[in-house]
Amino acid sequence: MEDTDVILLWGSNARNAHPIWFHHLLKGVRNGARLYVIDPRRTESAQWADVWLGNHVGSDIALSNTMAREIIHAGLHHKDFIANGCSGFDEYAASVESYTLERGETLTGVPAAVIRECAHAYAKADKAMICWTLGITEHHDAADNVLALINLALLTGHVGKWGSGCNPLRGQNNVQGGGDMGAIPNRLPGFQTMLDPAICERFEKHWGVALQPNEGLNLTQMIHAMAHKELTALFVIGENPAQSDADANHVRAALAGLDHLVVQEICMTKTAEMAHVLLPAAASWCESDGTVTNSERRVQRCRKAVDPPAGAKDELWIINEIGKRLGKELNVTDPETVWNEFRTVAPNFAGGMSYARLEEHHGLQWPCPDESHPGATFLHGRLWEQGDARGRAAPFTVVKHEGPVEMPDADFPFLLTTGRHLDAYNTGVQTAGFGSPLFRGETLDMSPEDASVYGIHEGDKVRVTSRRGSLTTIARVDRALRPGLVFMTLHYPDEAMTNVLTIDASDPKSGTAEFKACAVNVTLATSAIPAFR
Amino acid sequence: MTMPHLKLVQLSRPTREPKRMIELTIDGRAVSVPEGSTILNACQALGIEVPTLCWLETLTPVNVCRVCVVEVEGARVLAPSCSREVEAGMKVKSRSERVDLTRKLVLEMLASSVDLSTSPGMAEMLAEYGAAPERFGECETVAQPVKVDNDLYVRDYAKCVLCYKCVEACGEDHQNTFAIAVAGRGFHAHISTEFAVDLPESACVYCGNCIAVCPTGALMSKREWELREAGQWDESKQTQTDTVCPFCGVGCTLTLHVQEGEIVKATSPLDNDITVGNLCVKGRFGWRHVQNGRTPSAS
Repeated sequence: MEDTDVILLWGSNARNAHPIWFHHLLKGVRNGARLYVIDPRRTESAQWADVWLGNHVGSDIALSNTMAREIIHAGLHHKDFIANGCSGFDEYAASVESYTLERGETLTGVPAAVIRECAHAYAKADKAMICWTLGITEHHDAADNVLALINLALLTGHVGKWGSGCNPLRGQNNVQGGGDMGAIPNRLPGFQTMLDPAICERFEKHWGVALQPNEGLNLTQMIHAMAHKELTALFVIGENPAQSDADANHVRAALAGLDHLVVQEICMTKTAEMAHVLLPAAASWCESDGTVTNSERRVQRCRKAVDPPAGAKDELWIINEIGKRLGKELNVTDPETVWNEFRTVAPNFAGGMSYARLEEHHGLQWPCPDESHPGATFLHGRLWEQGDARGRAAPFTVVKHEGPVEMPDADFPFLLTTGRHLDAYNTGVQTAGFGSPLFRGETLDMSPEDASVYGIHEGDKVRVTSRRGSLTTIARVDRALRPGLVFMTLHYPDEAMTNVLTIDASDPKSGTAEFKACAVNVTLATSAIPAFR
Repeated sequence: MTMPHLKLVQLSRPTREPKRMIELTIDGRAVSVPEGSTILNACQALGIEVPTLCWLETLTPVNVCRVCVVEVEGARVLAPSCSREVEAGMKVKSRSERVDLTRKLVLEMLASSVDLSTSPGMAEMLAEYGAAPERFGECETVAQPVKVDNDLYVRDYAKCVLCYKCVEACGEDHQNTFAIAVAGRGFHAHISTEFAVDLPESACVYCGNCIAVCPTGALMSKREWELREAGQWDESKQTQTDTVCPFCGVGCTLTLHVQEGEIVKATSPLDNDITVGNLCVKGRFGWRHVQNGRTPSAS
C-alpha cells in the first residue's frame, strides 16, 4: 500500500471504517500514489482523493466494464500476463464491448473523461491496487461486483506482485477467521469443500462422525427458511440479527416464530431478549484466549486481559457443555489445542503457524504450510509463473450491469444508502456507551438541494418510509450527498431502526443483502423536537 | 510458449539499495552504521544512553528540546544527536562537561516552568544531571487549569514541554487530522486547537494518538486522570496484555492496561507494523462496553 502508484478505493469509506489502515493509504499517497475514490457519497475518504468518481449507487459493474473496454481499446491491457495466466479473455472483451464511455457516463453518472482518466491511470501504473468494502458487497449482485473488479486487476496484471492486488477490507476483526475455521455453510476448515468426497472422508475419519456432504444455508437463506417454518431452531452466537439484518420487521417475525432460539451473547441485545435460552458469554477479544484473522490474512493471538462478569462463560466451556447435553464428550480443553487440531486438518493452510511462531512474528499470514515458512505477504504470484508452477489459469468472468433491485419512483423518490460513522460499530451494542464526543446518533442525511426543494431544515423531525417499513428520525443536511440520495447508518437501532426500511433482496452467490440501496419517501413529521441533543 | 519479459516483473518486496556503512567513533569506541543514520542511532547501536524528550522513533525529528545534544569534535556548537546525520570519521562525545552542563540547564529551565510530576523517567534524568530548578526561584511558569472538555481525554498544558510530538502525530506523521498546532511565540508558544476552541468544536477525532506520544502526561485519558486525581492510579498493580481490537478487520494490536480487574487504558506498541502505536477512537476508548453494566443473569 505504501509503495503502490495508483489506488482505486472503491465503495469504501475507510477513513471512518478502517482508520488505521487509512494511515497506510495516506503514507502511499504521500509517497506519490494517485488516489481515485469511487463512491456515490463524497466521503471523508473521498476528500483525500486526487479524483473522486461519484457514481450512482449500484453502477459499479457498469463503471468497471466501461473502464475495461477503454483499457482494451487503448491497447493498455497486459497482453502477456493475460496470455500466460488468464482464461476467458475473448469472451470477456466481447462482453464489455457495448460499455462505451458514453454509455458508461449514462449508466454511472461519472463524466466519460473522468472514467477514461481513471482507466488509463490504473492500466498504465507500474503498481496499482483496488481496495473495496461494503459499497461493493452489500448489493444483490455483490459477487458480480467483486468479479468485475477482479476482471480489471487481471486485465492489467495488477495481481500477485508487490504493491499491487485486490484488497477487500474486512468489516469485523474475525470475519476472515470465521471463514478460515469453516464457519461458513459450504466449507470445512481451511476453505476445503464439503462436496469433495475425498476431503469429506478425511474429516469423517478425523472426527469419527459422518458428515452430510451438502451445502448448508447462508444467513439470508436461513431467515427465509425460518419464515417458511423449514428451520425451527436457531443457535445465535454473538450476532444481533433482530437489528442487523435487512428488512428487520420480516426478520423479527421469523425469529419470533422459532420453536427454539438459543442466543450466546456478551450483553443483552434485542436478539438476546427474544431468546428461549440465553447463554451469557465472555467477550472473546479480551476475556478469553484464541486467534483472529485480519483483512490481510494475518492470524493473530488475542488474549485474556480481564475476567468475564460473574455467570458469563468462556465459549469453549459453553461448547463442551452443549456437547455433553447432546451426549458427546468433546473435550475441547483450551484454544491452543483447538488451533493445533485446525493445523492438522488444514496443513497447507496453517501447518506452520504454531502459537509460539504467532507470538514471535506478531501474527503470520496464510498460507503458511510449515514452520520454516515466513507466511504469504500476497497471493496469486503463481499467475506470473509458467507451466505447472502457474497452476490453474485465473478466469475472467462476464458480468452485466443490473443496478439496484428497487429504484426511486414517484411514490418513493429517494434512494437510501447506508454506511458507518467513525465512532460507532454495527448495531451499536459495543459502541453505544463509551462517551464519544463525536456521537450524534441517527440522522437522515440529505443533499442541500433536496432539503431546499422539500422544505426540510437541519434538525427537523422527518418520517422515512419504504415499501417495508417506516420510522422517524432527524434530518441533517450533508453536502457529501447529491440530489436524490439519502443516507443513514445502522448504528442506532434503538433510536431509528434503519433496517425496517432496507430490502432483503440478496445476492444468490454470497447471500449478502442489498443494504446499500432501497427506495424511500421522506416527509416532515408533524411534531417538532429540539434540533440538537 | 516462452515469455522471458514476464520475468522482469518485480514480484516480491523490492530490495533496498545497499547502503554505504559510515565509520565513526563515539566516546572513543569505533562504530559502523548505515549512511543516513543519526548520531543517536549510532549511540543506540553501541548501547550508549542518550536522553531525549522530543524524539520518538515513529515521528519525524523536530529538534526542539536540546536534551539529546552531543559534542562533535571540530564543531562550534553542540549537535542534536536525534537529527544530525553521521559522517565518516566523526568523533563524538556523548557526555562531556559541556554536554552535561547544557542538558542540566535545559532540564532546569523546563522543570522550573513546567509541572513534570507525571513525566516518566524525569526525576531520574534531573538527578543524573544534578539539575536544580529551584535555583531560579520564583519564575514564570506555564501553570494553568487543566482542560476537561470531553469524556475521553484531558489536556493539562501546565505539564507541556512543547515537544511537538502531539502535533506531529495528529498531523502528517500519522493521523493527518491537523486538529492542533503550535500557536504563539517565545515563552507564550503553546499547543492549540484552531482559534483555541474546545476539543468538541475542533477537528479532533479522538483517536488519542497524541496521548500515545506525549512524554509528560500533559495529554491523558480521562479515566487515568480521574484515577490519578483520586489517588488510585497505581502502575505497580497494573498488568499489560496484548490482544486484538474487536472493531474492524485491520487487526490492530491493543495493549490493555488492567488495574484490579478493570481496564484503565488501551495503547498499541510502537513497534507494531499495523498500528505503529496508533489507534482510532473505537480502539483507544471503545472498550468500555465490556465493563458498562454487563450483568447477565445466568439461565
